[in-house]
Amino acid sequence: MSRYFTEEHEWIEVDGAIVTVGITDYAQSQLGDIVFVEVPAAGTVLKKGGDAAVVESVKAASDVYAPVTGTVTEGNGALEGDPALVNSDPEGDGWFFKLTLSDASELDGLMDEATYKAFVAGL
Amino acid sequence: MSDDEPEILELPLGDWHRSNGARMVPFAGYAMPIQYEGIMAEHLWTRQNAGLFDVSHMGQLMLTGDDVAEALETLVPGDIAALAEGRMRYSLLLNEEGGILDDLMITNAPMGHYLVVNGAVKWEDIGHIREYLPDEITLNHMEDRALLALQGPKAVDALARVVPGVDRLCFMEADSFLWRHEPLWISRSGYTGEDGFEISVPAEAVVSLADALVTQPEVKPIGLGARDSLRLEAGLPLYGHDLDERVDPVQGDLGFAISKRRRAEGGFPGSERILKALADGPPSKRVGFTVEGRQPVREGAAIFAGDTKVGVITSGGFAPSLQVPIAMGFISIEYGALGTSLEADVRGKRVGLTVARMPFVPHNYVRRGAAR
Repeated sequence: MSRYFTEEHEWIEVDGAIVTVGITDYAQSQLGDIVFVEVPAAGTVLKKGGDAAVVESVKAASDVYAPVTGTVTEGNGALEGDPALVNSDPEGDGWFFKLTLSDASELDGLMDEATYKAFVAGL
Repeated sequence: MSDDEPEILELPLGDWHRSNGARMVPFAGYAMPIQYEGIMAEHLWTRQNAGLFDVSHMGQLMLTGDDVAEALETLVPGDIAALAEGRMRYSLLLNEEGGILDDLMITNAPMGHYLVVNGAVKWEDIGHIREYLPDEITLNHMEDRALLALQGPKAVDALARVVPGVDRLCFMEADSFLWRHEPLWISRSGYTGEDGFEISVPAEAVVSLADALVTQPEVKPIGLGARDSLRLEAGLPLYGHDLDERVDPVQGDLGFAISKRRRAEGGFPGSERILKALADGPPSKRVGFTVEGRQPVREGAAIFAGDTKVGVITSGGFAPSLQVPIAMGFISIEYGALGTSLEADVRGKRVGLTVARMPFVPHNYVRRGAAR
């Protein structure tokens, strides 16, 4: 398995044809206390760069974009009852959704962990 | 930073906030703390203990001269002449049509009438007051003073330890105190719905006073984020969001700020229109809303009754003390009754709203004459 990162502070875990998407620890720290997450339902077709999920903190609402094109296989139902999972474990149990990857070449432009860390350090 | 971005000014406590771990943001032209450990934790701490807020961006004005109270009454609808020394009143600076230019606190202080106005519009307020008040009245913008607020049920214990005697004040009373030879002006008032104090302090002494206060076990520094969620739960409007020049005091549900004598006599800006609206009812008014589900409804969301747009949300967010979303907005009067079911458009999705009584969280003021 390998993990990729986007400039929009999402992480993408690739396991064969299935990828899991969430937001990074940096993203959750910037958003603050998360009180609501809306994840896409299974079967939703997402296009790279399109709206995929909504995350709301006490202060503000933010969109989460689909980092790659694909069909959703599962949204993280645990976030409905416990949105603060995104704060406590953003890169683990606080994942947003899983999808089947339509075009593996879309992963090519993404950052690896070291590159993402350097990117965040430069912000 | 490019040249056309306005300069962000520094307040006396700027570095103090940074060294205490605040995340700073530009607000009302100043670098101010949005949060320290997190809005939720800071909010709940304030409701249970005491929170220290830096509100030095607000304008502190002193009006002196003969007949200041009478002159102020030409600008605001409150009974200023009846304010005894050491008493304060919430009031509204009105334009000629009766629209709200700002909301403010007016205190009858020994040295003059002391006004605290919103930071975002203080320069406009100063210009307006200078233009409309007689030349014999002097306006002193006290830029050499900082302003702190200590809010929460334990604020009185913490502050009385640092400044003995403050516990003799009750809600909406103020007096001068000495702290390490520094002259403080302290009122029992605030913007959270909790008991608490606002402390005007010479700018050069504010760092040591803030240090002395956060050393108290009840006190933590609190950012603007929690200040906003606390005031929303308390049902208190935020100027520039819930109130502006297009809103008159009746629409703003601030009729209490139009004192009895002024209702009888008039003579404040827009008084004819406002007194008529008081008698007939306004076409729309500010109300509170509870929200169905968990998703907050934010400022700007349109409110619908079926397919008809009947209002707009002006403040909305998640209420940390209630663990549900709440909101405030303007609604056509026929839909303004408590319990009315409506819908808000949240990014293309309809979310259920119900007109609700404010405050959402009961006020906890220590009023004179009331049983503790």
